[in-house]
Amino acid sequence: MSASTRMSSRLAGWLPRIVVAPSLLVVIVTVYLFILWTGVISVTSSKFVPTYDFVGLEQYVRLWATPRWHTAVANLFIFSALFLALSTGLGLLMAILLDQNIRAEGALRAIYLYPMALSFIVTGTAWKWIMNPGLGVQKVVNDLGWTDFRFDWITNPDMAIYTVVVAGVWQSSGFAMAIFLAGLRGIDNSVIKAAQIEGASLPLIYRQIIIPMLRPAMLSVIVLLSYIAIKSFDLVLALTNGGPGTATELPSTFMFSATFRRNQMGVGAASAVMMLMTVAAIIVPYLYSELRSENNG
Amino acid sequence: MAEALSRPGKARLGRLFVYGCLVVVALLYLMPLWVMVVTSLKPLDEIYGGSFIGVPKVVTLDAWRAAWSEACIGTECTGLKPYFVNSLLMVIPAVALSTGIGAINGYILTKWRFPGANFVFGLLLFGCFLPYQAILIPMARTLGLLGLAGSIPGLVAVHASYGICFTTLFFRNYFVSLPDELTKAAMVDGAGFFRIFWSVILPTSIPIIVVSCIWQFTQIWNDFLFGVSFTSGSSSPITVALNNIVNVTTGRKQYNVDMAAAMIAAIPTLVVYIVAGRYFVRGLTAGAVKG
Amino acid sequence: MSTLEIDRVRKAYGHLEVLKEVSISIGTGDFLVLLGPSGCGKSTLLNMIAGLESITGGEIRIAGKTVNDLSPKDRDIAMVFQSYALYPTMTVRQNIEFGMKIRRIAQADRDRAVKTASDLLQITHLLDRKPSQLSGGQRQRVAMGRAIVREPKLFLFDEPLSNLDAKLRVDMRTEIKRLHARLGTTIVYVTHDQIEAMTLATRVAVMKDGVVQQLDEPQAVYDRPANVYVARFVGSPAMNIVPAVLEAEGSTATAVIDIARRPAARIAGISLSAEALRRYAGRKVLVGIRPENFSIATKSAASALTVDFDVVEPTGPDTLAVFQLGGVEVTARLPPRQARAGREAALAVDTSKIVLFDSETETRID
Repeated sequence: MSASTRMSSRLAGWLPRIVVAPSLLVVIVTVYLFILWTGVISVTSSKFVPTYDFVGLEQYVRLWATPRWHTAVANLFIFSALFLALSTGLGLLMAILLDQNIRAEGALRAIYLYPMALSFIVTGTAWKWIMNPGLGVQKVVNDLGWTDFRFDWITNPDMAIYTVVVAGVWQSSGFAMAIFLAGLRGIDNSVIKAAQIEGASLPLIYRQIIIPMLRPAMLSVIVLLSYIAIKSFDLVLALTNGGPGTATELPSTFMFSATFRRNQMGVGAASAVMMLMTVAAIIVPYLYSELRSENNG
Repeated sequence: MAEALSRPGKARLGRLFVYGCLVVVALLYLMPLWVMVVTSLKPLDEIYGGSFIGVPKVVTLDAWRAAWSEACIGTECTGLKPYFVNSLLMVIPAVALSTGIGAINGYILTKWRFPGANFVFGLLLFGCFLPYQAILIPMARTLGLLGLAGSIPGLVAVHASYGICFTTLFFRNYFVSLPDELTKAAMVDGAGFFRIFWSVILPTSIPIIVVSCIWQFTQIWNDFLFGVSFTSGSSSPITVALNNIVNVTTGRKQYNVDMAAAMIAAIPTLVVYIVAGRYFVRGLTAGAVKG
Repeated sequence: MSTLEIDRVRKAYGHLEVLKEVSISIGTGDFLVLLGPSGCGKSTLLNMIAGLESITGGEIRIAGKTVNDLSPKDRDIAMVFQSYALYPTMTVRQNIEFGMKIRRIAQADRDRAVKTASDLLQITHLLDRKPSQLSGGQRQRVAMGRAIVREPKLFLFDEPLSNLDAKLRVDMRTEIKRLHARLGTTIVYVTHDQIEAMTLATRVAVMKDGVVQQLDEPQAVYDRPANVYVARFVGSPAMNIVPAVLEAEGSTATAVIDIARRPAARIAGISLSAEALRRYAGRKVLVGIRPENFSIATKSAASALTVDFDVVEPTGPDTLAVFQLGGVEVTARLPPRQARAGREAALAVDTSKIVLFDSETETRID
């Protein structure tokens, strides 16, 4: 065999790695290196532009001393908890109902899912209009005769965060439904038949057999929705712009305004690191378990 | 006898309940879209006159016209038109780039596995779940250094980079299900790395190419964070322009124009969703690695 | 000239050794079957011959030429896969042509080759269809057509029949045999089905745990299995392996089974080399008896074994009778209607077909 054939077959062996290398490089730089960079900025005194004089954890101390950040974190908890519970519950319910041999299943499914195709900016704009107390739902109900009816959450600092929940659930519960439905379709029918033959009622079958079997889908839904919740930014900006006041501030909007509006780049970077750590704490174990079980089976 | 009669009756009642629930929820889901459409078709006086959810008494496209070519974004009163074009100029190359690169990455990570391939995949996968706030500042600096700050090519580069993570996931998961024997057969037939990709693998992957394009199109078209962080003024994408129209208008608020503008921003992704919803759902559920 | 030599070939993934110094050599026109259970390394070996897996140690030579570092396309081989691996988006014609197209063979030559192959396999009427429109048997033929047009030195078959249903499998088996007879090419064929090995091969290599247990003609493998593993793997129902103690009686041996029982069962007149007789006299051995080597005997015959049938399974052409002998379950293949469950019966054994194995090493005693 000639030396050139040997060379070319060796090159062929490296070709896949050479081809994948540029994308890997891009991702290493734009994801991992940039994360590191943000981390570095978070321990400097950067304000309008990055400066590299290190101040230790000062920015983190400042961050946690900012009432606005406390509001943002508290809001994130309220928003995530409600958003997750409602989206998952509604999604599961709709998936189960849709799984009953429904005639217009395709059309209904399309209706539940279309909000996912919309920009959060569009969603926010629409809901802002709907929840406008002067002209929206409140006025419609008032005009119908219930003159005491109040639906002014969007202008009420104590309630405004719940408007974000409503719009978020409207947008994302269809997504939960889609994953649950895929999970339901993956369940072996003979299991259900066997349970029916043993005389189990339909609600019992769902409670005892089917919903437990949806655990992998449940995990996926919860993880992915948590991720959506943590990075929610556009929705808040379009719906309430963080207001009234700072009532609907979330870590994502806090980071943005600190960095680009209030010239507190160091604090902004520190808040970004906090967000990243929260997401990583949820996502990394999930990805790890998904990849590992995939390899095993 | 009584039992035999009551059972189908009960079952029918159950069906009715199921359909009832589904239809009520469907109406709730459609309501915002309905409100947007009817509001955008009403004259402003009718809106302030108290008509919110009802069918317009007078149908007018004035608001659409205003939103498209007259509404003021900041100080420029050009309507959404140039920003719509911006978004198109951004989305087309970004989708093509990320899908193409994702396809070849997926091919390598499944059919040409090398030591550490799984680790590489893990690195890419985490990129799908990156909260972009964590890279905003370095990316803004880098775009500045490269001379791409505030430009459409800059946005294309950003979207393509992070899009690779998603598209690689799509293609990898799809190619995993193609039998390895297919590539082996092609190798025995004498085909090389690129030939196998081009002649054997790619022709079988039309569905996942569609999934990837639709997903990327929707994500990039709907993006706001990158747009608002890395562009300003006339180079903004449509979502940023829409947000400006809605938030900046002073004086008597033109709700019909707002809604028309929102509809204009929503139409491309809605059309894609209506035409190819099946593929869109596949993209959504792909995030659940094993749904 | 298309010989294949596999010379002390090894394959290891890290510390895991899947093939341990495998050596096989076949001549032009041979039909070698690599037979073994899944995980025995047979498919790995085939992939190494094809160039789809790297060789950790040793050498593979095709037609006398070392191919270790050659890529599959330079080895002059063709391969048929278990899943057929037809290119789903190409028509049958394009599938068959693909390899020639890559080799830049002229269109006219390609057409001629496609015609010859499709005539031979009777798939001419399918040439413009897509693989998804074909039945399993048709896909199998297309996969073979794709291999034939290349006129390779070596054909490789990787469990080509295991995705077909039972009836089609038998038909295609005949087809492959006919094809081999007509083309006279050298073939390496991997399967876990011992019947395929018996019917097709000119040489069988029985493999287990990365080691070739026996390499011989099929009939020789069947009649004189090298060890207990091969004896049990080839033949269905499997060869019965009964523990016994050997006694020398003149120049022949007698196997005494079930010493505890009175009177013990004895099989006399087993021929053995003088040396083996001397060595194993009075020692424990394993007696291998094929089910068809039992026959019904008259009760009075001194050499007959008296047995109780537990289960009797008529298969049509004959009946399988199961009974206990020497503490193990033994199956006899008898003519129909001659055995009944729960009955005592006398059986004779064809001692010329008996194979003895060492009870410790489990290898054949000659």
